[in-house]
Amino acid sequence: MAVKSAYISKKSAKGDKPNLTNSGFTTEEELFAYKEMLLIRRFEEKAGQLYGMGFIGGFCHLYIGQEAVVVGMEMAQKEGDAVITSYRDHGHMLAAGMDPKGVMAELTGRKGGLSKGKGGSMHMFSKEKQFYGGHGIVGAQVPLGAGLAFANKYRGNDNVSIAYFGDGAANQGQVYETFNMASIWKLPVIFVIENNRYAMGTAAARSTAVSEHLGARGAAFGIPFEQVDGMDVRAVRDAAERAIEHCRAGEGPYILEMMTYRYRGHSMSDPAKYRSKEEVQKMREEHDPIEQVKARILNAKLATEDDLKKIDAEIRAVVTEAAEFAQNDPEPDASELYTDIYVNA
Amino acid sequence: MPSILMPALSPTMEEGKLAKWLKNVGDMVKPGDVIAEIETDKATMEVEAVDEGALTAILVPAGTENVKVNTPIAVIGEADAAPAAKAEAPKPAEAAPVAAPAIITSAPAASPEVPECTEMVTMTVREALREAMSEEMRRDPDVFLMGEEVGQYQGAYKISQGMLDEFGPRRVIDTPITEHGFTGLAVGAAFAGLKPIVEFMTFNFAMQAIDQIINSAAKTHYMSGGQLNCSIVFRGASGAAARVGAQHSQDYAAWYGHIPGLKVVQPYSAADAKGLLKSAIRDPNPVVFLENEILYGKSFEVPKVEDWLVPIGKARIARVGHHVTIVSFGIGMTYAMAAADKLAAEGIEAEVIDLRTIRPMDLATVLESVRKTNRCVCVEEGFPQFSVTSEIAAQVMTHAFDYLDAPVARVAGKDVPMPYAANLEKLALPNADEVVAAAKAVLYV
Repeated sequence: MAVKSAYISKKSAKGDKPNLTNSGFTTEEELFAYKEMLLIRRFEEKAGQLYGMGFIGGFCHLYIGQEAVVVGMEMAQKEGDAVITSYRDHGHMLAAGMDPKGVMAELTGRKGGLSKGKGGSMHMFSKEKQFYGGHGIVGAQVPLGAGLAFANKYRGNDNVSIAYFGDGAANQGQVYETFNMASIWKLPVIFVIENNRYAMGTAAARSTAVSEHLGARGAAFGIPFEQVDGMDVRAVRDAAERAIEHCRAGEGPYILEMMTYRYRGHSMSDPAKYRSKEEVQKMREEHDPIEQVKARILNAKLATEDDLKKIDAEIRAVVTEAAEFAQNDPEPDASELYTDIYVNA
Repeated sequence: MPSILMPALSPTMEEGKLAKWLKNVGDMVKPGDVIAEIETDKATMEVEAVDEGALTAILVPAGTENVKVNTPIAVIGEADAAPAAKAEAPKPAEAAPVAAPAIITSAPAASPEVPECTEMVTMTVREALREAMSEEMRRDPDVFLMGEEVGQYQGAYKISQGMLDEFGPRRVIDTPITEHGFTGLAVGAAFAGLKPIVEFMTFNFAMQAIDQIINSAAKTHYMSGGQLNCSIVFRGASGAAARVGAQHSQDYAAWYGHIPGLKVVQPYSAADAKGLLKSAIRDPNPVVFLENEILYGKSFEVPKVEDWLVPIGKARIARVGHHVTIVSFGIGMTYAMAAADKLAAEGIEAEVIDLRTIRPMDLATVLESVRKTNRCVCVEEGFPQFSVTSEIAAQVMTHAFDYLDAPVARVAGKDVPMPYAANLEKLALPNADEVVAAAKAVLYV
């Protein structure tokens, strides 16, 4: 896919690491990326199935196709870095290391869900993993993410926060209010625009001025930005490293526009008639993030077909276990209706 | 000879201090010359001459406090006129009608939280709010203040005056005019464990940010199954000021009182403003703290104790009576208390309850009083439909129906956007006579 050159490109792909493959990733990194992305893919496929069977209700926004974004970012983060995103959040939670059983059980609204069944697909959190949701109002997570960065700066630590939002949210006013504050206060926040080309059913070109480069809006606020091939986990990881280094060094915010694509509809109830089947098919065949890694692994003989099948089987087992737990775990007790409204003062 | 009158320099200014004369009697002045400095409750302002001529008399000497708006303060004569009053120093006593500072003592002073023989100090609501924030910021390094003009400008309403000097720009943060953005940012900081105080210049502007207050601050604790909390205070002026028109005159008690997950506080007195704000800052939940511009400059007695805290969720019996219960909060208390005085003059003893907290509401105190008096009038400045008073009426009907000798009466702001014209604005707001009439109606007298 077409990706414009970066505004800032201090460093190219990492060249100083041992055990490099031709891709710029080590063998371990390739396999790690493959496993992480596959876990998200299989998890989401299962969630789609459970939705069809009526186990999951309400809204359910799948991340299939966009896996390289969150996994590449994850590979550049360190413990203590905070993540916040919108309602298309399952992938971000799995990448943050949150328990697939707890995530799936939340999707089915069960007691063992990460929010005790009170949040649902769009609202899960983990203080331990520094994952701050899971927000349902388009764009609202952007100032919240800057607030997480504000707290890190206030405390004087070197943690950064990563605020994900989509091309649709990029038209919300509060995003630009946040760019302004993040810039004047030099907040250590990385704004990751997951540009999957469609704000629900509206193509970016129909809704967005200068839609070919959303990250460039940062220029008005003096925030460095890059447009990145979000289907290539290596490009994501490398850009993430540049952005995070910039933030950690106290240089202020950074924008990464990830050019990505969702294969499924906006939510489970979206027939996606605003784009052609051929468009989706072409993306799957030519740019699939998981297939790209798989091909590299096999071509460079970093692992055998059998090795990868074994990984697939392990991941399927994890997802199956999560789905079984999510279907069999009881619903929350009725007494939970009135708990967790206030913290006892 | 034209007189120079004490000017009104803010919407709510009724009086001010003539701080300094910059011209002497006999000096020639031209339009645009700065002739005096006047201190309002918000700022020190310069007064410019409008007419040309000689300053022939100074009627109010420098340093005079509480000079009422429209009082003549100086006289400008013809350009060649002799300075008539040059030799005579104006006598302060006859210079201007000086208003006695109004200190509002609320009877009975014996609030349950005030120990007997506690020394009281007189302070304005403004000073009480500032003390509350400063004390809590000294106590807890995670508490910080952010908002428009809170720092270098010293606060649009001077609530945060001096705080930048004490706490520095790391903890007293001037924001851009960007309510939606900085509210979301503060909520995010609260998720991460800090304790922000967000000042809205007025709550009218918080409508830009209401999504973050409700969807992010109020609901996240529940949505996270109790994992994440949001210890934050949203504070600022709510309700009508004086002739600032429809978009700047609205009370938000009912708006926020509607939302589970929020606590909503609306103090009347300086003692409650201080004690409740300190409690709000310490509270682990999001608290909407509704102040009132007109009350900022009003003085009350505040207990002089080490760490004055007033609990959230407890009403105060401001006046004991047995004929009728009047329930109000915030500036509504001024109408309620004035009405109680008028009723007392006619032999009717009203019990006045200051709710202080809108949510969680102290219904127990209201119901106990209504079960004693059998009659209830509730008073607020907000719009009447779906209001705090309609909630009180519903609760009283549900829980004390058999005790009521008359339907609950409500006195609220009129169901119109706030007009600008002085007479219409007065009509749109509740007043003591309406409260008196309502009390008599429920008493059938």
